[in-house]
This record gives sequence, C-alpha cells and structure tokens, in this order.
Amino acid sequence: MSAHSWIRRGCDVAWCPGCGNHGILKLVGETLAELALDPQRTVLVSGIGQAAKLPQYCNAHYFNGLHGRALPPATAIKASNPGLTVIAESGDGDMYGEGGNHFLHCIRRNPDLTNIVHNNMVYGLTKGQASPTSQRGFVTPLQVGGVILEPFNPLAVAIALGASFVARVYVGQAEHARTVLRAAIRHHGYALVDVLQPCVTFNKHNTYPWFAAHTAPLPEDHDPTDRIQAFARACEEEPLRLGIFYRQEKPVFEEQLAAYAGDRRPLYERRVDLAKLAETMDAMG
Amino acid sequence: MLPAPSSEVNVVLGGEAGHGLQTVGLVLARAAVAGGLHVMVVNEFMSRIRGGSNSTCLRISPQPVRAFSDRVDCCVLFDRDALDRLSGRCTAATLLVGDPEVFGQRPDIQPLPLRELGVRAGGALLANSVVCGFLVRLLGWEMTPLAAALHRTFGEGDILAQNLEAARSGWEAGAADHGRFALPTRPAPTGQRLLLDGSQSVALGALAGGCTFVSSYPMSPATGVLIHLAKQAEAHGLVVEQAEDEISAVNMGLGAWYAGAQALVTTSGGGFDLMAEGMSLCGAIESPLVVHLAQRPGPGTGLPTRTEQGDLEIARYAGHGEFPRAILAPGSPEEAFACTAHAFAMADASQSPVIVLTDQYLLDSLCDLDPLPLPAAPPTARIVATAPDYRRYAPGPDGISPRGIPGHGAGLVCADSDEHDEEGRITEEFEVRTAMVDKRLAKYRPLREELALPPRLHGPADYRRLLIAWGSTGPAIVEALARVPLERTALLHCVQVYPLPASLDQYLRGAERIIVIENNATGQFARLLRGETGCVIADQWLKYNGLPFSVEDIAALLRKEEQR
Ligand SMILES: Cc1ncc(C[n+]2csc(CCOP(=O)(O)OP(=O)(O)O)c2C)c(N)n1
Ligand code: SF4
Ligand SMILES: [Mg+2]
Repeated sequence: MSAHSWIRRGCDVAWCPGCGNHGILKLVGETLAELALDPQRTVLVSGIGQAAKLPQYCNAHYFNGLHGRALPPATAIKASNPGLTVIAESGDGDMYGEGGNHFLHCIRRNPDLTNIVHNNMVYGLTKGQASPTSQRGFVTPLQVGGVILEPFNPLAVAIALGASFVARVYVGQAEHARTVLRAAIRHHGYALVDVLQPCVTFNKHNTYPWFAAHTAPLPEDHDPTDRIQAFARACEEEPLRLGIFYRQEKPVFEEQLAAYAGDRRPLYERRVDLAKLAETMDAMG
Repeated sequence: MLPAPSSEVNVVLGGEAGHGLQTVGLVLARAAVAGGLHVMVVNEFMSRIRGGSNSTCLRISPQPVRAFSDRVDCCVLFDRDALDRLSGRCTAATLLVGDPEVFGQRPDIQPLPLRELGVRAGGALLANSVVCGFLVRLLGWEMTPLAAALHRTFGEGDILAQNLEAARSGWEAGAADHGRFALPTRPAPTGQRLLLDGSQSVALGALAGGCTFVSSYPMSPATGVLIHLAKQAEAHGLVVEQAEDEISAVNMGLGAWYAGAQALVTTSGGGFDLMAEGMSLCGAIESPLVVHLAQRPGPGTGLPTRTEQGDLEIARYAGHGEFPRAILAPGSPEEAFACTAHAFAMADASQSPVIVLTDQYLLDSLCDLDPLPLPAAPPTARIVATAPDYRRYAPGPDGISPRGIPGHGAGLVCADSDEHDEEGRITEEFEVRTAMVDKRLAKYRPLREELALPPRLHGPADYRRLLIAWGSTGPAIVEALARVPLERTALLHCVQVYPLPASLDQYLRGAERIIVIENNATGQFARLLRGETGCVIADQWLKYNGLPFSVEDIAALLRKEEQR
C-alpha cells in the first residue's frame, strides 16, 4: 500500500517565498504521514488568513470557515462524529484576536482536537497590521507609533485555564516541532501548539535570525505536569521557551455528552425513534 | 339554580414574579382539559426574576381557543400592584378577588383569605391551590377535574395531599359563588389531549424533523426551546451545547451539519444579529441550517419578555452577499411543530438556511391540542456516500450538489467560505464565480415551489377584501372575522414569508383591497409583499406596544373598516 500523500502537488500556493507557512505545511504533512492517520477520517478546520489557507494545499477533508471561527465548527465536528481526527488551524490574529472568546471556551470544553496556531506576530493577509501577539514597539502602517498594547500570551492563558496540552514550537526547528506536534495529535483532549513562524514580508522584526536568537528549549528538568512551573516558564519572554509546557489528562468534552451515554454511533447514523418521540410528547403535554 | 352557562370564561391572575402564577395557570389548564373543555393560557411578564407585576390569562371554552382575548370575567389579585396594573382591563362585570389581609374589606373586591387557607393546609405557597379550588367552584365544577390536574402536576405523596387539601378549602370558600361563571364540564376526551406551549411545540418539531444537534446561547424568549431539547439529549441521542456566544453557536451548527448532524440554533433578535456572518457562511458553503428566531421587541435590549414581529427584515437580510434562504412563521402550536419539522427537510433539500420565525406570544402561550402528527417513517438526511473523485460543489441532476460528509465514503469533502470551484478549492476565476452564484441562487426555485409551505385562506374564495397576516397574528384575526363577518372578506395567513411561495400570487390577484396586519410599527411584511409582487396595499393595521393583537383589537378594526 502506498502511503497517502497529505500534501497536494501542483497547487498554486499563495504564500511568499521563504514564508514560515511552507515549513508548517511540510511539518503538518510529515506528521500526519508519520502517524499514519486515515485521510478519510481526518478533518482540517481553519478560519481566514494566510495561515488558514493551509488546508487548501492538503489532501484531506476540510472546513475553511470564517475569520476567527475555526474552533466552534471544529468542536462541533468532533462532537458530531467522535471517530474523526480534527485539527483546527489558523493564524495568531484569527485564533487569539477575532476568535479569542472561542479560544478561551474551547480550552474549558476540552474537545479532543489539536489547535495549531501559526504565530507570526502580525496580520499577514491584510498586509501587516499588529496582531494580538505583536511585541510592544512593533511599527506597522496602522500602529504608526509602534504597538502600545501588552502582547497576548497564549501559553500562559491556556495554562491558567487548565488546558490539557500546551506547547510552543518554532518552525525553524523542524525535528523538534514534529515531535511535539505528533504528541499533540496523539494527546487525548484539547492540545494547543503555538508555532512561531516568520512572516518575511510584513514582520521585519521577528525574522528567522531573531527567532533563532530568542528561542531556547525548555530546560531538561522541566516537568510538564507541574502547572505552576509551566505557567512561570510560559511567562518568560527572553528566551521564548520551546517544547511541551504542560499536559494533563482530563475529561474530554464529547465523551461526557449525554448523546453518547448509551449510543456510540456518530450523529449521522441516527434516526429519530418515533415511538419514543410519541412518549416524549405525551409526557410533555 | 346556576346562572345560564357562559360561552367562555376568561380568568386573569395577577401577581409578582415568584408567585408561581404560571403553575396556577398550568394546573387550571389541566383541570379544564380533564373537564372536557378547551383552554389557552397566555403569560405576560416583566423582565425580572422577583417582584414586578405579571399576569396569566386563561381562556376556557367549549370551543377550541387559539387567540388572546381582552375580556376579563374574573381577576384574582395576588398583590396590590396587580390591581393597579390590571384594573384597566377590568369592567364593572369583572369579579375581582383578593386576600382581605392585603386589600382589607372593600366592596369591589371579593375576599378570599388566600394566605390563611394556604397556611392552614401547610404553607403560604399553597395559596395557589386555594385559588384553583375557588375558581373551579366559580365555574360550577366538582373537585374531580382539579384533583386530576393536581395529581398530574404534583405526583403522589405529601405535596399532593397538601395541595388537594388547599384546593378543597378554596373550593369550599367559593360555595356562595358556586357556578357564578357556569361552564359545564363535558365528558373528558377519549383520546389523549396535549397541553403544549409554543416552545415545546418547536422543540418537538425539531425532534420530529430529525434534529440531532443544538448549540445556542440563552436569550428570552428563545431559551425555552433549548431547555426542552436539553432534557431530551439522552433519550433522543442529541448533542446539546450552550455555546460561549451566538457566533460560536451558529458556527458550531454549521460544523455539525458538515459532519452529518442536523443542527438547530435557537436565538432572539440580538443573538441573531451576531449570527449574521454565520448565515452568510452558510450560504457560501451551501450548508443546511435551521435557526429558530424568537422575536421580542427591539431595538437594543428592547422589551425582553414582550412580543413583536419586528425581525422579519433582519431574518430576510442578515448576512452579506446574495444567497437563498427561507423563513417560516408559524401561527399556532400545531404550525410551530409542523414548520420546525419541515424546516429540517427544507434546509437539507435546499442546502440553505431556514429560519423558523416565532415570537414571545406564541412561545409562551399554552393550548390544548390533539397529539401532533408524527411522520410515518423517521426522516433521513440526503447524505451521499462519497466516491473517490467526489466534488462537493459539482451540480447534481437537479442542480443541487449531492452532499457528502467526512468519514462516509471514499472522497474528500472540502467546504470553503472563499469563492470556490466544484472541488471546494479557492478560486478567483470570473466564470467559476458567476457559475457558483447562479448555482446557489437557483435553489430559490425549489424553496418557492416544491418545498414551499403554501398560504392558507380563511373565508370566502370570492373575497374582494383580503386581510393578510403572518405568524402568530393569524388566529386572533380568524376569530375576530367570525365575530364581525365583513362582506366578501377573507384572511390569507402566510406561514412561509420568504421566499413568497409561488402559489401566493393567485390570491393577490383576486383582491381589490388588501390590508396587511402585523405586530410591528413599519409593516415589514407589507414592504416585502409590495417589493416582491408589486401589489397595492390599501391599509396596514399595526400594533407595537409589546403585546399581541387581541380578538377585540381586530374586531374593533373590522368594525371601523365596515364603516368605511
Ligand atoms: C470578520 C472579518 N474581519 C476581518 C477580516 C479580514 N482579515 C482576514 S485575515 C485577517 C488577519 C490575518 O491575520 P492572522 O490571523 O494572524 O493570519 P496570517 O495572515 O497572519 O496568517 C483579517 C483581519 C475577515 N476576513 N473577516
Ligand atoms: S505575507 Fe507573511 S505570512 Fe503571508 S505568505 Fe507572505 S510571508 Fe507568509
Ligand atoms: Mg498572523
């Protein structure tokens, strides 16, 4: 049996040469291949942005929805058919800005899905405005005097909310990134993988050399079950640590739903039980 | 000897939130059904959890009742505020009943020592059952139907016993007025008779339509549907989730349909506003979706617990871009059930959003009805098992693309909110764009024709004057027309308000004078009718104070029309 080719050949890729997104696409394709996932049972869900175009270049089911809104459909897809592997993927603006509320509550819900965030610290598709993760002082055509807001710290927020898997990787460290992403997809529950990604066109500050100089692996003695330690390391700004900050097993959203209490079938296989509905009607009336 | 039997009796109960008026209404309605009569209970409340002044109106009649009446035969005042608020609705013929502990000895208020009798039976809360017993006596009934209703409501045990005792003490306290509003009981119906409000009917309709997924954010008056369905999650195997906001709710609904579920979102105007972009996504990805939009008066927070038909245009226009949708507006619990069930079939067949447009009045009013008709076989969604070369947006034989879902077949299912080609990949080709727009808009045809719910004519087929109404205003007009029969006048009640069903045109052509009746200030349906058909609308009868049209409101308008 020939292995499934997750990356589509011959597409007209809309990313700039040298963009970190190419590396992320490769990373995702290789990881899915390594995990030997069934392409028939794998769904990529994305919002809108440069990052969110990734599913277009894959041989997989996809739901390419609205800017900021990848997590709600991803959660619903998993809840409607728990047998599917669901990966929700988008940019930092999409996941942490426009979709910030969904990010918070998806973590609380803890569906078994992987949340990949391409963090280039800028809005790529809309040509270079600040994103929630842009650093203070970052000058853009819109933030002309430089960003004055505190950057959003996705890892610290996720750990504070008790996310079940929280990691950061850098696309320039492909080997490490693959190992972490593999663990994230295998993880049972919500898994955040924040992927540092240079935008070579609109972010001239956080470049490949900058990321190389300002990132470092988590110390070898890091204990990912220690939430306080994970939180402290997530708060460090220099260097930005890479690796699995925190993980814990906790109840998964879809497995706690009453709909699956006595019936494991996905929703599409179900039909209303008319005799039971007649009883429900009598009881209500 | 009893006074001559009444044709109907209207009882209003007034008190503050927390008094349990709705339970009294439910118990009395159950008693009426047990007594072989028909009933409608209309609840009217202020937007607060405690205090304020609320009322519950019961209309009991030997004929089926489906409309709200202003007439008040008996008004039970649970507190002083109720008198201030309800006195305007009472006439010299109205019997006012109140606790002498609250009102003292007043010639205009019949004393009923509610609190005292309640406490004697076991607690102040039992005053509610005292009232029930008293009212049943006024109707000239024995305790039997009320006992059955209390049994149904409280089950067995001490609580039932206390309520029965309280009810009996109220019944005995009413001895002097036995049969004052005589409405003889009749043999209880042989078949099962249901007592449902609009929210329950919508929820049951969703289940009958095959709903398997509900994601919503609470907002009055839409929350009832969510709660009724939540209770059925395990029994009927449906996923019910309270989303973090309405944006999430609608996007979850779309994700669920994508994965093969049949999703409903239930919301009110403000929440629906937040769903606008989701509606547009629904149009773009050609997903089915059922939205229950429960209207209350806006703009802004408006009157959260009142009624209006002010959201037809937002239902019609929400979401940028051009794409088809349908809007169904039921006028009764039976129609609420049927429309909601049909909305699932319609959404599935047309791969478009279908909005069930109700309002607070319909949702919170309770009627007795025959068991609702269930389909002969469970509905099945039109989902295809995909072939390896499956293309989500390739037109099928009827122009609509066969809908695959991930994990069912051998192909890939690619849904894209960007303009896309047949495979679902982003495109900016102008010809593909034009073809995709045409393909999407072509779905208006089945929505107008074979999937449409036709309007219903009440009255003579050779009408000259045509009253047109939609949604919950229908039944009050039907009843008013029976009271004030105008010559050659009929009512056309529209259930499908958008797109206008193909069959509507023929009704408009026969009319010389069209009057559109709506529970809003600007005549939204009239505007739609005029815009879509070019018909001339001679007059509009509008009401927008937050209350539904009563039969008397419409009867007065009909009399004025008669004088024209
Ligand atoms: C509701 C809405 N608002 C705004 C936009 C415009 N928009 C598209 S992508 C984007 C930001 C992209 O930034 P990010 O999510 O970080 O993705 P990147 O392009 O950097 O990968 C914006 C503002 C939109 N498509 N929809
Ligand atoms: S704009 Fe930036 S993020 Fe977008 S493709 Fe170019 S380099 Fe990559
Ligand atoms: Mg970005």
